[in-house]
Amino acid sequence: MLEKDAQNIIKNSKSLGWVLEPDAKALMKSQGFDIPYNVLTNSFDKADQFMKDASCPVVAKAVSKKILHKTEYRAVVTGLSSSHQLKKEMARLQKLDGCENILVEHMVQGIELIVGAKNDFQFGPVIVFGIGGTSVEIYNDTAIRMAPLVEHDVLSMVQSLKAKAILSGYRGKPGVNLKALTHLLVDFSLLIMDLQEDLASMDLNPVICTKDKCFIADARIILKRS
Amino acid sequence: MDLKSLFKPSTMAVVGVSTSQDTHPANVIYNKNHLRYPVKTFAVNPKGGIINREILYKSVEDIESDIDLAVIAVRAQFVPGVVELCIKKGVGGAVIISGGFAEAGNSSLQQYVADMAKEAAFPFIGPNCLGIYAPDLVDTFFLPGERIIRPDKGNIGFVSQSGGVLVDQMVKFAGQGIGLSLGVSIGNKACIRETDMLDWFEHDPGTRAIAFYIEGFNEGEGREFIKKAGRCSKPVIVLKAGKSKKGIEAASSHTASLAGDYRVFSQIMNQYSIAEADNEFELTSFCESLSCYSKAMDGNIGIISLSGGHGVLAVDGCEQHGLSIPGIEQKTMDIIKEKLSPEIQNIVCLENPMDLTGSAEDSDILTTVRHLARDKNIDCILALLIPYSPGVSADIGAKLSQVAMNEGKPFIAYVPNEDKYKMIIEGFELNNIPVASSVEGAVLMAKALKRYMPC
Repeated sequence: MLEKDAQNIIKNSKSLGWVLEPDAKALMKSQGFDIPYNVLTNSFDKADQFMKDASCPVVAKAVSKKILHKTEYRAVVTGLSSSHQLKKEMARLQKLDGCENILVEHMVQGIELIVGAKNDFQFGPVIVFGIGGTSVEIYNDTAIRMAPLVEHDVLSMVQSLKAKAILSGYRGKPGVNLKALTHLLVDFSLLIMDLQEDLASMDLNPVICTKDKCFIADARIILKRS
Repeated sequence: MDLKSLFKPSTMAVVGVSTSQDTHPANVIYNKNHLRYPVKTFAVNPKGGIINREILYKSVEDIESDIDLAVIAVRAQFVPGVVELCIKKGVGGAVIISGGFAEAGNSSLQQYVADMAKEAAFPFIGPNCLGIYAPDLVDTFFLPGERIIRPDKGNIGFVSQSGGVLVDQMVKFAGQGIGLSLGVSIGNKACIRETDMLDWFEHDPGTRAIAFYIEGFNEGEGREFIKKAGRCSKPVIVLKAGKSKKGIEAASSHTASLAGDYRVFSQIMNQYSIAEADNEFELTSFCESLSCYSKAMDGNIGIISLSGGHGVLAVDGCEQHGLSIPGIEQKTMDIIKEKLSPEIQNIVCLENPMDLTGSAEDSDILTTVRHLARDKNIDCILALLIPYSPGVSADIGAKLSQVAMNEGKPFIAYVPNEDKYKMIIEGFELNNIPVASSVEGAVLMAKALKRYMPC
């Protein structure tokens, strides 16, 4: 069952037709998924302090109801670690169309995957999983299964990817934690079953997987037109 | 709903038989069933009269005996009235041949008929369809008997959204010696749909594999189909038409863009162990193979040929279709070598693909198949039997079938489809061993068995 907070997020996003990233992440967090540490602010000082407290570089993103696809608007800046850089980029992001807030979060390093869902006309909720990132549509190295998933569905999805070797660790690089990934995909598919009345499609792209955990680094929820 | 009246009728009324137009669909259907099938057939036309010295009844209600099946071939606007009379008489079900419903934009008329039938638990096929071909029992196709090629009675159940594709597939089945238990063109599928047919075939003892030609499902219907098909105890084969990128454009998320309609369809079929054929040729091969072997396998193929060239061609085909050609265990090769005729012992190749050479005799082939079937690396054997070799007898089909049945591992043969090799081919087919008429066909038969195996 969907938590009350999650239900409210969906309800409040209906007029926009999609769920803003901070809300989508809050929804995922309320359902027990891992998201990177973050702060939502328009204050440079607050963002700067968050960056200084972080033991890793941070990412800054514009939160705007007018920007569904952030890459095209250069609304995401990665690898920020100096105050000067952060100030400059925050000022630029704040000028983007409709920018309400800046989402600053820890930059997790790992393998970029896509976990998505679509409410298919013929088959209902289906899950898409594969190699993620901004070039996902060019490579289209993904597998599709009908939700809900069970463990062996996840294994067969991983096996069917051309880049499956990357997931098990390639040329000395660590692979992904298959157990964490399986949990993520199975739980995600159950969440999608709960959301099917309202959901058109959902992208978790990228999901960044390390040898320990899987973090949802970006989330986009498109709602059904009412 | 009980579909027995539809698919195993003893009596049938054909509504719409014309007194003036011999080629009217109803006349063709009436004549062929009346003259050539065991189903007792009655002709109906509101005008009444006599047709071919038999009574032309004014209404189904006027027929004295009970009617199992009504074939309705009247203009669309008259269909509701005829269905109403059928329900009143207690007819078991109908095939509505008539067009002019949803396919012509007249969805409300179709819905009206569907609602009436649903309320009365009256099953019907169509509208806008050819209906039923049950070999040796009934044939509601409005195509003159002399124009169509009919496969013999067999164990494939075939359901098609397109009547034309069904008729054409019947030609292909007949050419390959594949028999049908029942062929149904479901047309607009206003009542009987793919899921109903799955239920029927699941319980039909005469059906061993179920094939579908699918253009598309209604909202949520794909999920219902897949759940039934996934649980079905018999192999399900699907040929999908309409694989274009429709539905992908203007997607607002990556996922929607990556998961176009056909990719979703195809991958879900795979998830639930349904064999998806890429084209009609594959469909034919899949049907033959899956009617013999219902279990899924990983796809490790052992190839035996009497000519190196055929072995290499088969390897190429296997690789193209995602099948593996694993190494053969040393102990398998040793035991085969020991038992081969001394004349070929030193000239054969016992690596995969195995080449027993043109000098091999029946006993060499039998020995090789027996021991290759026991090799744990191999899931399925392809035997490319070139009957031109002098040492191969006409009994090789029957003899090899016995070995294959004893060993219990899927075995597929290639024998050229020529009259002079019929005895070899029948030696296999009558023992339920699939035979392909080309190397490629044999590879496709093996491909059919490689399906996802849920735990």
